[in-house]
Amino acid sequence: MITIQNISKRFGKLQVLDNVSLTLNGGQCVALIGPNGSGKTTLIKSILGMVMPQSGALLFKGNPVGQQWEYRRDIGYMPQIGRYPENMTIGQVLDMMKDIRKVPEAALDRDLFDVFELDKMLDKRMGTLSGGTRQKVSACLAFMFKPEVLILDEPTAGLDPVSTELLKDKILAEKNNNRLIIITSHVLSDLDDLATEVIYMQEGRPLFHKPLEVLKEETGTDRLAKAIARIMAKQGMKKGVTTV
Amino acid sequence: MSKIVKYVIADLLRSRAIMVYALVLLVLSISVFSIEDNADKGVVSLLNIILFVVPLVSIIFSTVYLYNSAEFIELLVSQPLKRRTIWMSIFTGLAGAVALAFLIGVGVPILLYAFTPSGIILLLSGMMLSLIFVSIAMWAAVRIRDKAKGIGLSILLWLYFALLFDALVLFILFQFSDYPIENGMVAVAMLNPIDISRILILLQVDISAMMGYTGAIFRNFFGTGWGMTITVLVLMAWTAVPVWFSLRFFKQKDL
Repeated sequence: MITIQNISKRFGKLQVLDNVSLTLNGGQCVALIGPNGSGKTTLIKSILGMVMPQSGALLFKGNPVGQQWEYRRDIGYMPQIGRYPENMTIGQVLDMMKDIRKVPEAALDRDLFDVFELDKMLDKRMGTLSGGTRQKVSACLAFMFKPEVLILDEPTAGLDPVSTELLKDKILAEKNNNRLIIITSHVLSDLDDLATEVIYMQEGRPLFHKPLEVLKEETGTDRLAKAIARIMAKQGMKKGVTTV
Repeated sequence: MSKIVKYVIADLLRSRAIMVYALVLLVLSISVFSIEDNADKGVVSLLNIILFVVPLVSIIFSTVYLYNSAEFIELLVSQPLKRRTIWMSIFTGLAGAVALAFLIGVGVPILLYAFTPSGIILLLSGMMLSLIFVSIAMWAAVRIRDKAKGIGLSILLWLYFALLFDALVLFILFQFSDYPIENGMVAVAMLNPIDISRILILLQVDISAMMGYTGAIFRNFFGTGWGMTITVLVLMAWTAVPVWFSLRFFKQKDL
């Protein structure tokens, strides 16, 4: 569904994305993991057209994205830190998004809106909300328009355990709806139940892109966290050898 | 596009700063017109305040608003919207709100006390100045990522247009006072929208007689239909060019 071809991006001297090529298909839940500053968020923002890569191309359903904007209709995005106009209330933000996307009320997905009980807080101003509540609004907005692609940047950060479980249930349900879901997270145990594929980013390039099952087999572990720990340890050893 | 304009204006009106601005202008204008018994004198007194305050408030308010709504812009960019639509809507919303505040704050008193050609020119050039300085603010804010630096730049730009430019012109004027540079002064005045507005209004109130030979040259130029057309075009260019440059930059900007 999304094809990334040789994308490179540098901010000043810092090479954030280094010749990244990936193919992501529908029905998959892709876990995008890697250390801080490995380019995960920049990669996501490139897909969304928020960051303009210096070179490379991005295809959405086979069509080059370029300076297009219509393709974003099919993407729901939940940012790492949801930031909204301080003076707007939750209700106004939701109305504005409905207004922009022009999706009829009946076709909206209100599941998260209901389970997070946002209807009780519609009049609260965005500026007064806690980080967790803001995440709930972000999640709600990402899922509301039934997009074919869901991009979730650290979706569970700041959410309480109950809400985390509710969100995970929703993500699982959407995965079975043949959507493409891209998740970044540092909470690997959350990803264990969700991910079908794993992309591990390091220093601006994907180190590997494998199905979760294959990864577990190769490393001989049953948990994603352990598998990643193995790989990181191996990486560390390699580095150790080269520096000695 | 109108949708986003609607949300920008709703957001602006909620911030109250714009209301305070309109109210301050209203109080200022009414008190100036109450003190001066002659409408033209009132316009000249008001002129000096307006040429100072309107550019300052327009540029600073817009810059601060643009930095404060960085999140809002980010949110919009991730939605199925053209970047051009987003940016031009923000410009329209900002310019509309600032111009509306000016229209209420100065337009109403002018309608009541000084509904004369000079008063109307003052109102029109004040509106134009609002748009121009919002446009310049858009350019400053899009070019500089850091909020403090961006606001600093817009203060500097205002200082340049309101004070430094005149000082430079005076300096050149004295250096070249032995040469016939009067016609050149018309061209130089075009480089500063505040000066254009000042000359336009002063010519309406017959103070130009005190400006000597240069005043006569100005009268010759701005008094004709041709000169007026050029002036209006130059003011429009002052509105369009900075916002056009800012749009070009915004389309490529990483958020």
